[in-house]
Amino acid sequence: MKIGVYVCECGSNIASTVDVEDLVEQAKEFPYVEVSRVYKYVCSDPGQVLIKQDIEEKQLDRIVVAACSPRMHEPTFRAVLEDMGLNPYVLEIVNIREQVSWVHDDKSKGTAKAASLLKGAVLRASLMHPLERKKVGVTHNALVIGGGIAGIQASLDLADMGFDTTLVEKSATIGGKMSQLDKTFPTLDCSQCILSPKMVDVNRHPNIDLLALSEVVEVDGYVGNFKVKIKKNPSYVLADKCTLCDDCVPVCPVIEHDEYNQGFSPRRAIYIPYPQAVPASYLIDPNSCLGIDPLICSKCKDVCGPEAIDFDMKPEIIEKEVGAIIVATGYEPYPIENIGEYGYGTIPDVISGLDFERIVSASGPTDGTIRRPSDGKIPKTVVFVHCAGSRDPSKHLPYCSKVCCMYATKHALQYKHLVHDGTAINFFIDIRTAGKDYEEFYQRAAEEDQVIYIRGKVSEVFQDGDKILVKGADTLTGETVELHADLVVLATGLMPSAGTKEIASLLNLSVGMNGFIREAHPKLKPVDTAISGVFVAGTATGPKDIPDAVSSASGAASRAAGILAQDELEIEGTVAQVDEDLCRGCGLCAEACPYSAIEINAINKYGHALRVAFVNEALCKGCGSCAAACLNGAINQLGYTDSQILALIGALGEE
Amino acid sequence: MSTKKNTELEEFEPNIIGFLCSWCSYAGADLAGTSRIQYPPNVKIIKVMCSGRVNPMYIINAFQQGADGVLVSGCHPGDCHYTHGNYLARRRVATMKKLLEFLGIEPERVRMTWVSAAEGRKYADVVREVTEDIKKLGPMTKIRREKEW
Ligand SMILES: Cc1cc2nc3c(=O)[nH]c(=O)nc-3n(C[C@H](O)[C@H](O)[C@H](O)COP(=O)(O)OP(=O)(O)OC[C@H]3O[C@@H](n4cnc5c(N)ncnc54)[C@H](O)[C@@H]3O)c2cc1C
Ligand code: SF4
Ligand code: SF4
Repeated sequence: MKIGVYVCECGSNIASTVDVEDLVEQAKEFPYVEVSRVYKYVCSDPGQVLIKQDIEEKQLDRIVVAACSPRMHEPTFRAVLEDMGLNPYVLEIVNIREQVSWVHDDKSKGTAKAASLLKGAVLRASLMHPLERKKVGVTHNALVIGGGIAGIQASLDLADMGFDTTLVEKSATIGGKMSQLDKTFPTLDCSQCILSPKMVDVNRHPNIDLLALSEVVEVDGYVGNFKVKIKKNPSYVLADKCTLCDDCVPVCPVIEHDEYNQGFSPRRAIYIPYPQAVPASYLIDPNSCLGIDPLICSKCKDVCGPEAIDFDMKPEIIEKEVGAIIVATGYEPYPIENIGEYGYGTIPDVISGLDFERIVSASGPTDGTIRRPSDGKIPKTVVFVHCAGSRDPSKHLPYCSKVCCMYATKHALQYKHLVHDGTAINFFIDIRTAGKDYEEFYQRAAEEDQVIYIRGKVSEVFQDGDKILVKGADTLTGETVELHADLVVLATGLMPSAGTKEIASLLNLSVGMNGFIREAHPKLKPVDTAISGVFVAGTATGPKDIPDAVSSASGAASRAAGILAQDELEIEGTVAQVDEDLCRGCGLCAEACPYSAIEINAINKYGHALRVAFVNEALCKGCGSCAAACLNGAINQLGYTDSQILALIGALGEE
Repeated sequence: MSTKKNTELEEFEPNIIGFLCSWCSYAGADLAGTSRIQYPPNVKIIKVMCSGRVNPMYIINAFQQGADGVLVSGCHPGDCHYTHGNYLARRRVATMKKLLEFLGIEPERVRMTWVSAAEGRKYADVVREVTEDIKKLGPMTKIRREKEW
C-alpha cells in the first residue's frame, strides 16, 4: 500500500496558524506514506496535477488531503482519483481549516491537533477499500395514491410528461373534498367548475390508468423498482356500458343517506356519487343493497337497458410495477362529535363547515337556499365558530388547521350574499389570512359585507326553544357574550385521513406527532419522504388550501419524474454490509434501520438453515445506525467501518 | 502522555474525542470556522454520517485509547437527516453512561448535544463547556490501555 499525503496552505488561511512544513515532515513517518507534500492551493488545477503525477509515478493507491472541510472539496478530489483510475472512495480528507486553523490561533496547539488528525486519517486510509457504486434499473411508470385535487394534479403532470401513471382512488369517484365545496376562497369561483374539467382530463388521458374503488394492499421493492398489489372492489355496474340514464334509481327500494350531501339528502343503493363523478358510472353500494343477489332483488338489473349491471363482479387484484410513488391520501375534518360542548349531533342546527358547503350549494340538498336542518327555515342569525377543535392542545387538535379562518369567512360572506337581511357573526381566536389576496378577502367580509367578528372563544352551545343559545367571552372587551342564533356552523380543523394513516403504515413512512406524513426535510424537501422514490402531495403532510395542495402535487410529480426519467440509478457505495458468519439473525439491526432496509432471511450455509440479516442496498442510505446496534459486530458500514473508526480513535487518543 | 503527568506543574489539557454527525453538527463546526469563532483545541472530531452510527463500544474504546472525555453531537430532535438516528444515539449514550458509572468512571465524561448546521456559535460554546468540565474532572486513568510504543 502506498499513501500520498497533501497538506494545503490555502494561501495563508491554513499556513498562518498551522505549521504545514512540520505536518509534512511528521507525515513522512506515518505508516505506508510514500510521499508527503505541501502545496499552496491543493484544490487548484496545478495542485490536482501534482496529485495525479504522484499517483502515476509513485503508484499511489490511497490519498490523504489535509485542507478545508470535506464538505467543500471532497467531490473535487474524488474526481481526481477517478481520473487516474483509482476508486473514488480511497480518499480521506482532514479538515485543518474550518476545524483547526480558523478556530485556534495558538500555532503550536493547532499544529499538534492537526498532526493528530492527520495521523488518524493516514491510519484510516490504510484500512480503506475500493467501494462499488452499484446500479439499478428504473421502471418508467408511476403510482399515485389518492384522487383528491392533489392526486389529480400529480397524475396529470406525470402523464403529460409521458409517464404511464396509475391513479388509485379508494372511493367511487376522484375529486376528494374539493368536489363537495361550493365556492372557493378568495376568488369565490365555483369549486366543481374548476375541478371537473381536470377530472375529465384524468379519465381521458391515454397515460393514466384510473382505478376507483381501489386500495393498495401491498408494496414491495425499492426506488425505481416497486411492485404494487392493488385490490379493485366491484362496483357491480360496467362503467363502459352504463349510459347514466338513471332508470335504475327510481326502482331501487333502499333509501340511504347520501354521503356527498353530508347525509342531508337520500340516495338509493344504486346511485352515482354526483353528476360529475369520474369514472362516470352508477354503482351499487353492497352495504345497503338488499343482497347483490337476483333471487332477493333485481329491480335495477331488470330495468337497465344497456345491461350494465353485473351482480357477479368480484374483487380483483391488479399488479403493477412502478418506479416512483406519490401519496396524496388527503385529510378528514376533525370529528365534531368529539367537541361535546358545541352540541353537534344533539342540536340539529349545529353543523360542520363541510355540511354548510352542501347546504349553500346550488346542487346541494336545498338547491342553494340556505335552510337549517331542523325545520327548513331560512336562518336570520348564523354564528360561525372558528378553531372548532383546532389549537386546543389539552383536548383536541393542538395545531392550526390553516384553512378554517378563511373558509369560515367565506361561509359568512356567502350567507350574507344569499340572506341580505341576515346577521353573520364569527367567533375567532386570531384571524389567520396568510395567503395571496386572503387578507383583502377578510377585510371585504368585515367592511363591505358587514360580517361581525368577535374575538373570543365560544364556551357552550344550548338549544333554547327553536333558537340556539351561544355563550362565549369577548376577549377584547372582557365581557361575556350570549346570543341567540338560528344556525351554528363549526369551522372544524383538518386531520390526517384514515387512508393516510393506512398508507403510512403500509409504506413504512414516518408520521409526525399529529399523524400527518413526515417530509424528508420540513423546509428543503417538503414533498420527499424518508423513503427514496416515495413522494407526498397535498394535505397528507398537513393542512393546506387548494393552491398549496396543487403546488405540492406538481412539486411531487417533478421530483418523481427526476427518478422516472433515468434509465439507471446509482447507489452510494457507503452502504451497510453483513458478515454472514458473525450474524446471529437477531434483527437488532433491522429494528434500528430508519428505512426498513434490512430483512432477516434464512440461508443455507454449512449444511444448516441460518437466519441472517440481508441489506437491500437500494434502500440503505448509509447512516450506520445498524452497525452501532449489532452486538456481534456482524454488520458494518462500508466507508465507515469499525476498524477505520477505531484506528481514528487510537490516533486521536494518543495526544 | 507527558503533559498529563505534569498536571501539578502546568494546567491539565484534556484530550476529548468528538463524534459529530455529518449533516448538522459537523456542518455547525465548519460554520464556527467560517465565522472565525475561537475555541479551545481540545476536542478532535471524528465525522460519522449519523450520530446513530456511534457504537457505544467507541466510547469505551476512546477512554481506553487515551481520551479524557467524549462528545457525541447530532441533529436536533426531529431534524435528523436519517429521521431518528439521533434518538438511537441519545438512548445509547444514556445507557453507556450508566455502564461507565458502574465501572467507576464519571458519567459526565460523556456528553451528548444537539448542534445544527446553523449553530456555529453553539458548537464553540459546547467545546468550551466540555473542555472546562473535563478539566475539572482531571485525567481519565481508570481503563486506559497501556501502550508499548
Ligand atoms: C369546509 C371546508 C372548506 C374549504 N374551502 C376551501 C376553499 O374555499 N379554498 C381552498 O383553497 N381550500 C379550501 N378547503 C381546503 C381543501 O378542501 C383542501 O385543500 C383540498 O381538498 C385538499 O386536497 P387533497 O387532495 O390533499 O385531499 P382530499 O381532498 O382529502 O383527497 C384525498 C383523496 O384520497 C383518497 N384516499 C384516501 N386514502 C386513500 C387510500 N388509502 N387509498 C386510495 N385513496 C385514498 C380519498 O378518498 C380522497 O379522494 C376547505 C376545507 C374544508 C374542510
Ligand atoms: S447483523 Fe447483527 S444485529 Fe443484524 S441480525 Fe445479524 S447479528 Fe443481529
Ligand atoms: S446503514 Fe442505515 S440505512 Fe443502511 S441498513 Fe444500516 S441502518 Fe439502514
